[in-house]
Amino acid sequence: MDRHIPHFQEELELLKTRLLEMGGLAEDRVRSAVRALVERDYATVERVLVSDEAINKLHIEIDDRCFKLLALHQPMAVDLRAIVAAEKINTDLERVGDLAINIAEAVGRYLQHPSVKELTDIPRMAVIAQGMLRDALDAFVRRDTVLAQAVLDRDDELDALKTQVFRDLLNHMLRDPATIEPGLDLVLISRHLERIGDHATNVAEDVIFMVSARDVRHHQEEHR
Amino acid sequence: MIAPLTRPLDTGLTSPSPGPEAASATPVKVRAEELSFYYGKTRALDNISLDIRANVVTAFIGPSGCGKSTFIRTLNRMNDIVPGARVVGKIEIDGQNIYAPGTDVVSLRRRVGMVFQKSNPFPKSIFENVAYGLRLNGMAASRRELEGMVESSLQAAALWTEVKDRLHDSALALSGGQQQRLCIARALAIRPEVLLMDEPASALDPIATQRIEELIYELKRDYTIVIVTHSMQQAARVSDVTAFFWLGRLVEAGPTAALFTNPREKLTEDYVTGRFG
Repeated sequence: MDRHIPHFQEELELLKTRLLEMGGLAEDRVRSAVRALVERDYATVERVLVSDEAINKLHIEIDDRCFKLLALHQPMAVDLRAIVAAEKINTDLERVGDLAINIAEAVGRYLQHPSVKELTDIPRMAVIAQGMLRDALDAFVRRDTVLAQAVLDRDDELDALKTQVFRDLLNHMLRDPATIEPGLDLVLISRHLERIGDHATNVAEDVIFMVSARDVRHHQEEHR
Repeated sequence: MIAPLTRPLDTGLTSPSPGPEAASATPVKVRAEELSFYYGKTRALDNISLDIRANVVTAFIGPSGCGKSTFIRTLNRMNDIVPGARVVGKIEIDGQNIYAPGTDVVSLRRRVGMVFQKSNPFPKSIFENVAYGLRLNGMAASRRELEGMVESSLQAAALWTEVKDRLHDSALALSGGQQQRLCIARALAIRPEVLLMDEPASALDPIATQRIEELIYELKRDYTIVIVTHSMQQAARVSDVTAFFWLGRLVEAGPTAALFTNPREKLTEDYVTGRFG
């Protein structure tokens, strides 16, 4: 029975390694995009905008690996769940990479205007979103459902901050129409950060599914 | 080590659980109760308790020597002919212990038909292969009735259209897959209630295998089917319930989808993911 273990398990490990590489790249891009905003650094914006290729390549490679592992090995149980989870996590990480670019684009436009206000909540959102993403990936590596659950619990905090940012910026824009254009970009940035948190949440849910076969999406378990 | 089971394993089909399996709760057709089986001093089955439900396909999986074939053969007392074989415990079919003294084994085997790994048609015509059991059991009153029963059996085994114009040719001229379906037709002819299949497709090519699998799916409407298979993918494709055997023990039995995506036992998980050994 153990004839295909080394080969298959090696492939599975390689798949996880690639996924982590992808996670690292996506995380890095989010960090750079937010730093560009906080430090008003246009050079960093440009670097983020041209960094798409590596993630896109990995996105396709990981999908291809999952597809072939399913077709050639017909995995069962925990292995099957790991590959199905990897496919979904792959999609989420690619979206995070795209959102980092969206943030960089908004930062690029925002930097052409004077500051609307001192930024406090958006950097806080960035810290939370990046933390969620990092913890979700750590939970994936360590197969840690407690850490994954902690990621899910932080999503509300991020949503609340986004609402606060919206309200705050709306006030600025109502008072001074000159702030509308840069203000809208800040609204967009906070929205993108909130979406990154949602993707981190998806990753954490996939980790819980992979480890314990529980489907916690859409609060199913509470409704039972 | 696994604790011996004192009650039949709950296969999950009785309690309302999410998923399509829940809809298929049917009465228990075959019940094994604390069944152990010995070849001389060797214990081949250790305290097996399992409910097999009517009109459900139940698959037995496990590595070679795990007891799955021995167990399926206890269900129609095929092991009786093995010298030194001894059974402890009970197998009930419709609530009646088939190991009770005075059980008519011939009539038991009429109720519990069997198909083997290697197709074994008689060296007779296609027609005679199916008619043989009907004649032996005096089931047809006239030639016309016999012909009708042969046709319906061949149809049930999805073989009729391929052989209807050459019913009197030798069965040995059929392909391997056709021979296996002929054996299924022969088993179905005497109207069994339970059909046991011991690796029925392991000697067949993928297309013939697919036909047998489709047939199993069709037949469960009318029969209770138990299949032993070495192929986990086959068990996953054809069965509603899967039971995993290991070293003569029943480790786990439950809805097939659950067993292959989220087994309860570590041993089962190791087996279905190929981490055994």
